[in-house]
Amino acid sequence: MKFQSLESRMVPLPQRNIDTDQIIPARFLKTISKEGLGDNLFCDWRYDAAGKPRPDFILNQPRAKGAQVLLAGDNFGCGSSREHAPWALVQFGFRALISTSFADIFRANALKNGLLPVIVPADVHAALFEAVARDQDVKVRIDLPGQTLTIPDGRKVQFPVDSFAKHCLLEGVDEIGYTLQQAAEIAAFEARRVGSVNTLAPAR
Amino acid sequence: MPRTIIEKIWDSHVVYEREGAPALLYIDLHLVHEVTSPQAFQGLRERGLKVRRPDLTVATMDHSIPTTDRSLPIVDEIAARQVAQLETNCREFGIPLHGIQSEHQGIVHVIGPELGLTQPGMTVVCGDSHTATHGAFGALAFGIGTSEIEHVLATQCLLQRKSKTLQVTVDGTLKPCVSAKDIILALIARIGIGGGTGSIIEYNGSAIRALSMEERMTVCNMTIEAGARAGLVAPDDTTFEYLHGRRHAPKGADWDAAVARWKHLASDAGAAYDHTVAIDAGALEPMITFGTNPGMGVPISAPVPEPAEMADPGEREALTQALEYMGIEGGKPLVGHPVNVVFIGSCTNSRISDLRTAARLLKGRKVNPKVRVLVVPGSQEVKRQAIAEGLPEIFRAAGAEWREPGCSMCIAMNGDSVAAGEYSVSTSNRNFEGRQGKGARTFLASPLTAAASAITGVVTDVRTLL
Repeated sequence: MKFQSLESRMVPLPQRNIDTDQIIPARFLKTISKEGLGDNLFCDWRYDAAGKPRPDFILNQPRAKGAQVLLAGDNFGCGSSREHAPWALVQFGFRALISTSFADIFRANALKNGLLPVIVPADVHAALFEAVARDQDVKVRIDLPGQTLTIPDGRKVQFPVDSFAKHCLLEGVDEIGYTLQQAAEIAAFEARRVGSVNTLAPAR
Repeated sequence: MPRTIIEKIWDSHVVYEREGAPALLYIDLHLVHEVTSPQAFQGLRERGLKVRRPDLTVATMDHSIPTTDRSLPIVDEIAARQVAQLETNCREFGIPLHGIQSEHQGIVHVIGPELGLTQPGMTVVCGDSHTATHGAFGALAFGIGTSEIEHVLATQCLLQRKSKTLQVTVDGTLKPCVSAKDIILALIARIGIGGGTGSIIEYNGSAIRALSMEERMTVCNMTIEAGARAGLVAPDDTTFEYLHGRRHAPKGADWDAAVARWKHLASDAGAAYDHTVAIDAGALEPMITFGTNPGMGVPISAPVPEPAEMADPGEREALTQALEYMGIEGGKPLVGHPVNVVFIGSCTNSRISDLRTAARLLKGRKVNPKVRVLVVPGSQEVKRQAIAEGLPEIFRAAGAEWREPGCSMCIAMNGDSVAAGEYSVSTSNRNFEGRQGKGARTFLASPLTAAASAITGVVTDVRTLL
């Protein structure tokens, strides 16, 4: 999925270390499809024991409707490698996440699904939570080509993005297609290393 | 320039590297299970692609399968469909599968090593964050998402950026009743669950060298709980001894040549790391977690921290929420806290040595009648060995349940779960909210601490039972 730029309200979720078991509990991982996960995003925080939406949980409030940016606490997405987490976030409608840090596997998975993790310094992170607490309708603008985040006070903040991931997001590059073009190099590597390098193919 | 083992493995697996793009890294072993792979196989189908190296790919079933009688059909229709889908996918794409009836079935991170598939110097991936386990053999092993699974199936490669390196040195001698699980829980408590983010860990030091392969696997397994994708231990005689004669290990002259190569893997003297952490093994105590992430752990005799002690408001808030979910108060030790369930199993602690440890304590004793105790071997091979040693009889006589191999109550996808509000002492790896069942509350600990708590029915410092 391509990503260029967006302007959106934010849904704040200030808890630190939100793990992928919270984003999408394991019992929803028995599916063989990517679909139908958005309704169970943050399931155990979002619904009560009877399965009714909890009105005090932010994703159930009108402000979450149409919002494309999740403003999350530090170290978002830790734990399990389940790609169901970014699938569920995207299906809910999120296209970008803002935090001070993201877990490695989650960040890689998010980028492969057009979901942009935006890493900001702690002061900007705090300023965003303050801004959204004052006025829930404030917006941020995320511009991938320039790698800038425009925060509600008008400041433009640079954020880091892996250059290749950026290229893939802007151009809609399919990574598997990209690597398949290198099939000759892969074959040459396989031919070169037989019996000579420090690994062995598992014996059959 | 002196290189770390991490750099040596990396360098020997780079297919090519181009300006502005990540390195194309060759993958020696791809392990597959039923939960994270179906969408990847579907992707291949939609693209009309084959699996490039089915001979470097091995599948098993572990997460969503029941641990009850395997001669019966799977009752959960959704799980049954997922298991059937893996069978279909492996048949269609020519991948060897250790399915539910196989004598080699088991938790993917238990069977890779025991079949000799995991070897020093390899790159190993699996759609599971606990792939770090295989690092115990001096392999670069890390968890990947489903898009990356599809990428490896199609190309046998991954596009990767180099990580930073973190050296964790554990020197000294562990005190009695302090185990590999306590080393890793202490490390995570020290550096935090994001402390290893962006890094690969190399574990070294005399206390790591003294660990068996199974204990090293326990340490490497929970590397991801410190945020690092991979953690490894350079291979040594302990590694070679474990591997020798295993099903997929090299044989004869190939074995000698392999060992000679593997001996060069250890980090060079003077190799530089981005960060270093030192742990004094002799100062460690049995550890237990009290909160809702694996970094919230304390020595078992120490008090649970109080929110008021936390200077950082974010930390205070996180601790307050965790204690509220757990239904416990800070300021006093967990020892004596009632327990409803004890789980001995998971890719962290379900190997034969873990079961022997638990059985030694449980032999001739009874578990507290209020506690449900589940013992789940990591694989069919572990199960066979346990039976040969008479361990199931010890567990059953003590009042524990002896189950079929799988992930079971670690992830609670298969019907084995802890009820809402109940407390478990678990040898698994995650105490996240709801991890062992919706509303379940988990204390992570070693097999010894788990077995001790099973006997008394409360969180117990095993040293008080001996």
